[in-house]
Amino acid sequence: MQHAHADTSGASHGTLKSYLTGFVLSIVLTVIPFGLVMNGTLPRSFIIAGIFLAAVVQILVHMHYFLHLDTSSEQRWNVMAMAYTVLIIAILVGGSIWIMYNTHIRMMDDSLMAGTPAAATASASRNAAMPDMAGMDSH
Amino acid sequence: MLLRGFADAIMMRAQQAIAEGPSQGYLPPYHYDQIFSAHGTIMIIFVAMPFFIGLMNIAVPLQIGARDVAFPFMNAISLWLTVISAALVMVSLGVGDFSHAGWTGYPPLSETQYSPGPGVDYWIWSLQLGGIGTLMTGINFFVTIVKMRAPGMTYMKLPVFTWAIFVTTALIMMAFPVLTVTLALLTLDRYLGMHFFTNSLGGNLMMFPNLFWIWGHPEVYIVILPAFGMFSEVVATFSQKRLFGYHSMIYASIAIGVLSFAVWLHHFFTMGAGADVNAFFGIATMIIAVPTGVKIFNWLFTMYRGRVQFTTPVLWTLAFIVTFTIGGMTGVLMSVPAADFVLHNSEFLVAHFHNMLIPGALFGYFAGYAYWFPKAFGFRLDEKWGKRAFWAWAIGFLVAFMPLYALGFMGMPRRLSHYDNPAWQPYLEVAAVGAVIIFVGIICQAVQLVVSIKNREALRDVTGDAWNGHTLEWAVASPPPFYNFAEIPVVHDLDAFTDMKEKGIAYQRPAKYHDIHMPKNTPAGFVIGMFAFAFGFAMVWHIWWLALVGALGMLVTLIVRSANDDVDYYVPAAEVERIENEHHRQLANADATREDAEPAPYFVHQV
Amino acid sequence: MTADVLTYPAHADHGHDATATQTFGFWLYIMTDCILFASIFATYAVLSHNYAGGPTGKELFNLRYVFGETMFLLFSSVTYGFAVLAMNRNARNQVVGWLILTFFLGLGFIGMEVNEFTHMVLEGHGPDRSGFLSAFFTLVGTHGTHVSFGLIWMAVMIYQVTNKGLTTPIRSRLMRLSMFWHFLDIVWIGVFTIVYLLGVM
Repeated sequence: MQHAHADTSGASHGTLKSYLTGFVLSIVLTVIPFGLVMNGTLPRSFIIAGIFLAAVVQILVHMHYFLHLDTSSEQRWNVMAMAYTVLIIAILVGGSIWIMYNTHIRMMDDSLMAGTPAAATASASRNAAMPDMAGMDSH
Repeated sequence: MLLRGFADAIMMRAQQAIAEGPSQGYLPPYHYDQIFSAHGTIMIIFVAMPFFIGLMNIAVPLQIGARDVAFPFMNAISLWLTVISAALVMVSLGVGDFSHAGWTGYPPLSETQYSPGPGVDYWIWSLQLGGIGTLMTGINFFVTIVKMRAPGMTYMKLPVFTWAIFVTTALIMMAFPVLTVTLALLTLDRYLGMHFFTNSLGGNLMMFPNLFWIWGHPEVYIVILPAFGMFSEVVATFSQKRLFGYHSMIYASIAIGVLSFAVWLHHFFTMGAGADVNAFFGIATMIIAVPTGVKIFNWLFTMYRGRVQFTTPVLWTLAFIVTFTIGGMTGVLMSVPAADFVLHNSEFLVAHFHNMLIPGALFGYFAGYAYWFPKAFGFRLDEKWGKRAFWAWAIGFLVAFMPLYALGFMGMPRRLSHYDNPAWQPYLEVAAVGAVIIFVGIICQAVQLVVSIKNREALRDVTGDAWNGHTLEWAVASPPPFYNFAEIPVVHDLDAFTDMKEKGIAYQRPAKYHDIHMPKNTPAGFVIGMFAFAFGFAMVWHIWWLALVGALGMLVTLIVRSANDDVDYYVPAAEVERIENEHHRQLANADATREDAEPAPYFVHQV
Repeated sequence: MTADVLTYPAHADHGHDATATQTFGFWLYIMTDCILFASIFATYAVLSHNYAGGPTGKELFNLRYVFGETMFLLFSSVTYGFAVLAMNRNARNQVVGWLILTFFLGLGFIGMEVNEFTHMVLEGHGPDRSGFLSAFFTLVGTHGTHVSFGLIWMAVMIYQVTNKGLTTPIRSRLMRLSMFWHFLDIVWIGVFTIVYLLGVM
């Protein structure tokens, strides 16, 4: 157990410069995605990739310049807790969307099934393993 | 609450034993449905959770050499939130109904359309308020373990029970917010007519089981991991040797901490996901059995060639190892999606999860209860009645639940208040007998408590080290002084207290006592609890003005409390010295009497 | 080692160590709040196309308006940063000044959100119209509720700093509110990206 001192209390390291840098970067990273979508001339997949990239970078900017998160030893537990949280969020959100999308295309809407590889697997396995879907979802 | 939960259980067993064919039994279905919903909710949320949280409140600060938890005021709020949410469930007995939608409360049955009454609302608000209290406990103990360990206690010298709690609190922090959201969304459906889980207007009722079990599966490990920690302490102490495979025990707990978030779909294999999704979660479920198996072997190897003392805690542990392994194997069986399609929602499942939770969680808490009782209250529990309780519970458990496995294979679904298959009845009658035997066990426990209080002078633990323990909680008096440690100990070994005893530095007195800094008591936690109760009750009955008063009351109490900076005080050194002198005088007496009775290898005193 | 034994317990639960412990505890609370928001985001993702014949995001959302909300929140983040810098300089009046400015920027954000919600409800596009709108109102509204609690907290802090000055417990609270406030801005990045920007595409 190391003794904590006044400056190890998490987020008190900011300087005027760091806040202003973070602020300017955030403005830029907000204008870019809004501009991409409002302009709307670029290919759709490019825009989607662009806005997600801008969001991830802006989140990192906020964490670095505003929350002053770094890999120093005082912050080791903060960073470990966050890494664990991010892992659980990835499982939670990714898993939920995977499960619900998979269930959705198998049970509700045939129009969604056309052409997706998941749909092909799904319909194949539906025929093979679960012929009686209507009875299964009743509980 | 255990009694209330058990009363529900025995009513169900009685009903199922008689309600065959023309006989309707004595419970109408609506009443029966409320009973099984209340039974599940109470046993998980208001028996298992408070039981282990109480034990960890006793043991964790002592094991890590701390004077208190990191946030004592928040701990008080957690306690009162738990009390008032349990009170809400009890109030539902007299005022209105409880939920009849099962402890899982699946929509659309739990939606307003099918459950217009206050029952589901009681369920929602008791779980919601209790869950928030648990979440605060989780944060509190995680911070306590990270920030308040005694000097020298590195993570690999942390007692194994504290490690189990460490992982448990991490799971609580990651899982309980999901429960909060799940219940909140159902609340919005019911109170504001939204469409999260409705059949119509774009709701998706399958999202509810998905979210519920993202919380629900880690919750299973939240109640079982602390019990694993207790078994570990008990096995090591009463085998009189160091725990076998401490490191593998820790890594197994950490592995469970991650894997338990990747198996939730096995609760609804039959909901209609594809073969690839089901296969993924099926395999993950099989994998999570591995760290649990590692732990079983560790306990066996700890006992192997140890001098095992067959005290009540050890008996609970032995019964756990045998029966839990059976439960684990039936679990792996059901992790195969194809097998689950046959067994889902059958009595087989009921047998399986009772087989996990009764030996896996409850027996552990009973072992921990007997183990730490002298630490908390200063005298041991009566062994004779403890053993009687144990045998009744262990036999009763087997008689009550083994027939349910067979019934599952015979095709009996769960939650039946009435059935038409005469072949099931003999099994259900046997199960009812099992419930009665368990009841005998509960009576024995009540008697044990009374007898122990009566004979408390004979059972008194004067040294503070009732079992020749390994860890720091046994280094202080029983019950411990309110500041726990007069001087914070310095730790050099995993079994810190054994190490001190071997080096002859246990019970050493410091040259001079110091003032001790302690938090003041505050009524604010209780006040917040009362406002929370008013809020919960008002929300159930749609009394909006009272709900507003409750919510504002909580907020204002917090703000007023934050204005008070005078939250702690110093215990003067003279007072500490007086209390410690008393303890050391007792120690000296104990030493004198003990010398006559038996050799005490570790007792070295410098008084 | 003796020095360690003597100093550690004496300072374990007050002063700077208390601040470090509280900050860590609050950080963990923020992590749990991340999980809370992640669950709602996941629900929104699942329900985001369940219009049930009602309006879609494209018909409802005005990106210029959302950009304005974003700016309010972003400016409030940096003004709160200036309040922290003033706190480090022990400039009590400046702290109060920056906090008041941050408060009104936050209030502006909440005002815009309430205005947006009111219009949608009055036009019959309330949260009970479709699964999509339930998820929209809940996700954006949960963020808004957090911001509102942040505002109440900030008002209490303005009062406490004015009356008691920059004591150790108050500094600790200001740092925790800082974490909370920046965290809410980070959540908003997720909201405007996934709800609004994706919604109008």
